Amino acid sequence: MRPVYMITGGITKFAKAHPEKDFRLMVKEAFDYALADLPGLSRADIDGTVCSYFSDHFTRQLKAGAMVQDYLGLCPKPSRRIEGGGATGGLCFQSAWEAVASGRMEACLAMGFETMSRVNTWKGNEFIALASDTNFDYPVGGFYTGYYAMMVRRHMHEFGTTVEQMAKVAVKNHQNALFNCYAQSPASLTIEEVRRSPLVATPLTILDCCQMSDGAAVALLVSEKTAQRLGGRPVRVSGVGCGTDAMRMADRPHAPVILLPHESAAEYANMKYPGVHSFRGGRMAAKLAYEMAGVTDPGRDLDFVELHDAYTSSEIQTYEDLGLCRYGEGGRYVDAGTPFLPNIDYGLKFPETSRWPRLPVNPSGGLLACGHPVGATGLMQAVFAFWQLQGTIARHLGDARLQLPSPRRGLIHSHAGTGTYITVSIMERV
Amino acid sequence: MNKNAKLPETEEGTILFNTDPIIVKYHYEIDYLHSYAQDSPFFAGLAKGKLLGSRCSGCGYTYATPRGHCMECGAATDWLELPLSGRVHTYTTCYYGGEAFLKETPFTLILVEFDGVNTLFLSRLVGAEPDEVAVGMEVKARFRRNAKFTPTDVYFVPA
Repeated sequence: MRPVYMITGGITKFAKAHPEKDFRLMVKEAFDYALADLPGLSRADIDGTVCSYFSDHFTRQLKAGAMVQDYLGLCPKPSRRIEGGGATGGLCFQSAWEAVASGRMEACLAMGFETMSRVNTWKGNEFIALASDTNFDYPVGGFYTGYYAMMVRRHMHEFGTTVEQMAKVAVKNHQNALFNCYAQSPASLTIEEVRRSPLVATPLTILDCCQMSDGAAVALLVSEKTAQRLGGRPVRVSGVGCGTDAMRMADRPHAPVILLPHESAAEYANMKYPGVHSFRGGRMAAKLAYEMAGVTDPGRDLDFVELHDAYTSSEIQTYEDLGLCRYGEGGRYVDAGTPFLPNIDYGLKFPETSRWPRLPVNPSGGLLACGHPVGATGLMQAVFAFWQLQGTIARHLGDARLQLPSPRRGLIHSHAGTGTYITVSIMERV
Repeated sequence: MNKNAKLPETEEGTILFNTDPIIVKYHYEIDYLHSYAQDSPFFAGLAKGKLLGSRCSGCGYTYATPRGHCMECGAATDWLELPLSGRVHTYTTCYYGGEAFLKETPFTLILVEFDGVNTLFLSRLVGAEPDEVAVGMEVKARFRRNAKFTPTDVYFVPA
């Protein structure tokens, strides 16, 4: 395998509905942004594409990827569609990485979208729930917020995680999004407002959950030779990993923890893992990506994380899967202020000192505040991580407040189902 | 050849939600001929008041769900009759949901743990208010008298 670089990206504004644009036009807008951001790059430089979108039901169109390919003027170049639930975007990014790393392509465009506004929210929830076992899970009352509510209830039972800790994640991500012009639902919130908002599935309120969105994003991955030829400020994709778990969360085993290099089996002597409180696939994805990138102590080796916070609870669970803190410590990690940006006032008080080094998580606002147009989400994370590592946040967002001082290494994390497909990719400043 | 050929005009129209851009109602419906295939005995069991899980013939791992082959070792499983009482492993009450279940809200979902079984079972809990449910609560299975051959032919009530 050879080194792979991201050299440009683009995003559309994520919104509840973009009825004036179909999926082809949304991807075209993100693509044109990416082309314009790297003078000298033209369509002729692109060898092929991977297209990500989750649901044919939302699109009301099979083989929609072929329509994006022709709309962008990229026929007859190679293309394929990638689908893996909520992790569709992250899988697409890694598929484009594979095309370049293997030498099959010099430049591969990862492009993704979702048009969720084409049905009402309750129908959308039904489509999403069809990505759970339709014989055994969906008919019982298929509803992803219900599944995540059960998972975090067990996390609360095992580790003492609180709804206030979850609410702080909502406060953080919505507040960060105030400075992100691409975000769907920026807001200044308090813990009380999050808790007083309507209950969706106990203990999750509507502000604990991401919203449905329309949106698109693209990321262009290239070989070292092509990165040198086209110039700009490339960012290296230094590690990729992916993990899986049983579709029916009831089938998850209760076994020993998969350890990261900075952990020991003794720490988890009494833990039944992953049960329904943790994501084994996320841990596997992180382990593989860390091994490839040479990350041995993620809490210290990473400068920021853009993770798949479809729910406040899953952000807390994911800190642990990624090894930012130990299993069971996710709630306290929030209380310590560790994943918050130091330069933004959240209206929250944090202790003077923390056991963990500051590590901003979802500086973009994450899914909770940016929105979650499924096929675009994992690529949106890649674009934000790319801009962070380039140091170009101010130029792209028109506001410098989300720009970290000089980040060297970031992590993006994309997650499907109740943890059925999860990807972790590491990106580094060159 | 008929140079004056015309398509017939009809009385049917299109439901419009907006004209700029034009947003139309598009209806879509499917009837599947869906087979439960190797999992069929589970649904037949529900109709007879039995809850069937799976036991691996190779490693002995037990599942509280139908699974023809073991996730741990790949060997074929045998049917295993599960106890009809267990405990709440985790729970939630849904106040919102997918379209098909909106009319049933609020409803309570639980994962049930059974003694001596390695995995869990997703079901509905009825007969308990949302604030009466707790992790560890004892529950027992009940079955619909008229089976619908869906997993909701079984549900749980407080023991």
